[in-house]
Amino acid sequence: MTLITALIILGVLALIFGGILGYSAIKFKVDADPLVEQIDAILPQTQCGQCGYPGCKPYAEAIANGDEINKCPPGGEATIKQLADLMGVEPKPLDGDHGVEDIKKVAYIREAECIGCTKCIQACPVDAIIGASKQMHTVIIDECTGCDLCVAPCPVDCIDMLPVKETPKTWQWDLAHSPGEQLGDIPIKQVNS
Amino acid sequence: MIDANNVVQQITKGQLFDFAGGVHPPQQKSLSNTTPINTIAEPERLYIPVKQHIGVQGSIRVCIGQNVSKGEPLTTSGNPFAVPVHASTSGMVVEITEHPSAHPSGLPETTIIIEPDGHAQWQLMPVITDYFSEDKVTLLERICQAGISGLGGAGFPTHIKTNPQKPVECLIINGIECEPYISSDDRIMREHAWQIKQGINILRHIINPKQIIIAVEDNKPEAMDAIKTACIDDTSITIANVPTKYPAGGERQLIQVLTGEEVPHDGLPIDIGCLMYNVGTCYAIADAVLHGKALVQRVVTLTGQALKAPQNVWALLGTPIHHLLTVGDYDPQRQRSQKVIMGGPMMGFTVHNDLVPVVKITNCLLVPDREELPDIQDERPCIRCGLCADACPAGLLPQQLFWHSKAKEYDKAQAYNLDACIECGACAYVCPSEIPLVHYYRKAKSDIKHQAAEKEKSEKARERFETRQARLLADKQAREEKHRLAAEARKKAMEQKGGSDAKDKIAAALARAKAKRAAAQTNKDAEE
Amino acid sequence: MQFSLSSSPHNRVRRDTSQVMRMVCYACIPGILAQTWFFGWGTIIQISLAIMTAIVTEATILELRKKDVSRGIRDYSAILTALLLGICLPPLAPWWLIVIGTFFSIAIVKQLYGGLGFNMFNPAMVGYVVLLISFPISMSAWLPVQSMAQTPYDFIDAFTVITTGYSQSGYSLVQLQLGVDGITQATPLDAVRTGLLSGMTYSETLSSPIFSSGWGWSTGWSAVSIAYLLGGIFLLQQRIINWHMPISMLAGVVVTAGLLNMIAPDQTGSIPFHLFSGAVIFGAFFIVTDPVSGSTTDKGRLIFGALIGFWTVIIRTYGGYPDAVAFAVIIMNIAVPLIDYYTQPRTYGHQS
Repeated sequence: MTLITALIILGVLALIFGGILGYSAIKFKVDADPLVEQIDAILPQTQCGQCGYPGCKPYAEAIANGDEINKCPPGGEATIKQLADLMGVEPKPLDGDHGVEDIKKVAYIREAECIGCTKCIQACPVDAIIGASKQMHTVIIDECTGCDLCVAPCPVDCIDMLPVKETPKTWQWDLAHSPGEQLGDIPIKQVNS
Repeated sequence: MIDANNVVQQITKGQLFDFAGGVHPPQQKSLSNTTPINTIAEPERLYIPVKQHIGVQGSIRVCIGQNVSKGEPLTTSGNPFAVPVHASTSGMVVEITEHPSAHPSGLPETTIIIEPDGHAQWQLMPVITDYFSEDKVTLLERICQAGISGLGGAGFPTHIKTNPQKPVECLIINGIECEPYISSDDRIMREHAWQIKQGINILRHIINPKQIIIAVEDNKPEAMDAIKTACIDDTSITIANVPTKYPAGGERQLIQVLTGEEVPHDGLPIDIGCLMYNVGTCYAIADAVLHGKALVQRVVTLTGQALKAPQNVWALLGTPIHHLLTVGDYDPQRQRSQKVIMGGPMMGFTVHNDLVPVVKITNCLLVPDREELPDIQDERPCIRCGLCADACPAGLLPQQLFWHSKAKEYDKAQAYNLDACIECGACAYVCPSEIPLVHYYRKAKSDIKHQAAEKEKSEKARERFETRQARLLADKQAREEKHRLAAEARKKAMEQKGGSDAKDKIAAALARAKAKRAAAQTNKDAEE
Repeated sequence: MQFSLSSSPHNRVRRDTSQVMRMVCYACIPGILAQTWFFGWGTIIQISLAIMTAIVTEATILELRKKDVSRGIRDYSAILTALLLGICLPPLAPWWLIVIGTFFSIAIVKQLYGGLGFNMFNPAMVGYVVLLISFPISMSAWLPVQSMAQTPYDFIDAFTVITTGYSQSGYSLVQLQLGVDGITQATPLDAVRTGLLSGMTYSETLSSPIFSSGWGWSTGWSAVSIAYLLGGIFLLQQRIINWHMPISMLAGVVVTAGLLNMIAPDQTGSIPFHLFSGAVIFGAFFIVTDPVSGSTTDKGRLIFGALIGFWTVIIRTYGGYPDAVAFAVIIMNIAVPLIDYYTQPRTYGHQS
């Protein structure tokens, strides 16, 4: 008798809690961004293709399907760390096969040498180069992601990737950029130039 | 919104409020405030950066080799946020180049270099003596043309600030100068109180505030007396004697001291009905309106024990600091490593070299000797003593901000209101572990700003990429559609030409091939 | 000319961590002198042993962690921890006791958590509690006030008892614990506790010879408390410590003890008894004021201190050990992040 009572009580409890769980699963459902969107939001959107995929979105899809997270050189360590946090895996060093982390650069066309072939325009993943056939081309600096994709197609090699110039406005308080000794945990204080 | 009449009543009764925290660093004002403001010889070259304010840079309207007069504008722009810069003296433009900036980064900025001709020939704007009958817009335009931006430190364009879209209860004139060592405002109040008063009158005419308060810290009794004398027959101006505490001169702190109200964190003083001007700005406004002079010079305090002749000087904007160091009789032997601070010991920054020019916001050059402001040691671990929180005038928890800034957990740092930090340095001043707290915050803030900009940029790149992909896809589909239609048209044409004949031929060929295959199969089976 | 660069503020108060720690050490001196006067030279030897152990432990671990050793030692934090622990131990406790305790404090509680500034518990108090739980007999072997002892001891005796267990004339620690009446003299807290447990009323327990007056004033013990109070006032006056924590802890003790005493005057000690019989004064000025493991906001400090006072009296009255400051401090150390989170000050310009 006791056994049966116990079974019944446990059964009823199981039903009740099952019901509550089921209800809350529907009621409090978290509408998370689909994983691909979240990954895509972390990627730097240079669309450079160094990862081996034709753009950031395809790479995001590949990561969601289990590809490695360390194939994005423009994003570098910071992106890998964020991806690792999102995917719940250990951060890895950047995969050297896909390139190395570099300072930010943008493309400049030496306009006098441009022959107007439009090859770079076709290569640019973000439509940041304007120009027309047989006309000089130019880069919209603000839109350029520094992906490098326009350099190779240029038949006359007139595209330079130049580092983005630091201005007082974009300066990030790196007093240590001035050469000199460095003290403490952060590179500041007595910096002799 | 404050009630100006109430505020003034309280101030006349001697009641002031207090702000949280604050520190009392040694004042050291007497080093430089005992002698009158000195007029000094022109330097050999003037380095005038084309942008010296917060806002938009104008376009250069002079060319190399051109002769300019004193007060002649060097830049021009139609943008309301652009403030022109002027030739500080007459001479020739010898170079327009990138020159180290008067900024902590020392990064080069576009600078116009002028060689003075020694005549100091003015090009004055028309004098407006009867400003009472002038309308607001004319006066605002004059303030803008004279190149006036806040001389207190922020460098916000004055004509923008002076054109508020909300009613002004209280016009506050800031003569606090709470940073130790600096005495430029002190001296200008002592010597030019009357012209400051005229500047205030002009502002009153433009803004039409309910009340005007001039706030002076109680460590400057002479300046206070001078201001009182200047305002003696003007009962509409209230003078507040504010107790000395750093940073009482901070805009938000001073408003709290005078009114007891706080400026909302996401708002401006005007949101509670206050507008604040530095005394130097008032002086410059009077100069611009009543004398037609553009802003070409300002008072700069030269101080510190490494100067043998500390003093205040009228420095032309663009004067390289080596010239001022010569005036102050700089003795490099008194320093362990050569170091010059632009601004005060709490918020000033070190300049990169001696060619950095004086700009509109330069109020002080501090050249400490080796004992005075000792080189900062390596930081020690934070012991959570909480002295920083006690000193913070913004009511923040500096050590929490420090943990999160150091660990680059910027979202948490922002949750502790990192952006409410005014970088006054009170926390780092009291820190027994000598942690450069403010530097961590500045780094974190600039990182956050940088990340936001990056994010915005990548968002834009993604949009452009997706638009492009969509366009390419549409192009491809359009092309395929075109091909398909063309193929269909060809087929149709063929059908029309050959009729059913062609179809029969194909069917016959197929039947033949089938028969052949079947035969081959049977042969194979038979062999087996 | 190129100039050197630094970040603002360029000016600083010239009082660094090591100075703060040294000042706290100096403030302990009146208390230590009083303790030595009443209980003999043992305390001095314990403190010296503790400091030596602390320096060796700290140096070794800093070396292992590849940190700057001399800089780490010179911040005086390890020395202060050792000093505080040395003060808390019975004067003639065997040498290995203080060595274990100090080692535990420095190595486990402080350095394993990341060193100075990262320990969430008060190192001296955790060291003390570990010893108290592991070696209860040795840890409760307090001596009688020397003027009331059957066999007072001198400096050499103290040294030999601590190292070998016997004095020069062959007395053991147990013998040295005897009072003039030939009975092992208990601490005031012990006396009251044992008395109450055996059915006496509070006022009856005060007949123990350790008490010199009816309202809970005990010979020696209370004087030591007063000496630490002087040191504490010095710290307050020098602004080394904030008033919030000590005052709120004392208030917590007064209020809790007062209420309990009002409800059950026969079963619980009076307010002065609680204040001056054990480690309350010492704790209020030298233990709870440890900045690292305490609360950092003003409101938080008040709550932190008051609750330590509360727990001290509660554990003393209902718990298993006679004194409870260490337990109360550790309990509240756990609560610090929570307290800090909920007592954040209002930022300028923000709504509360």
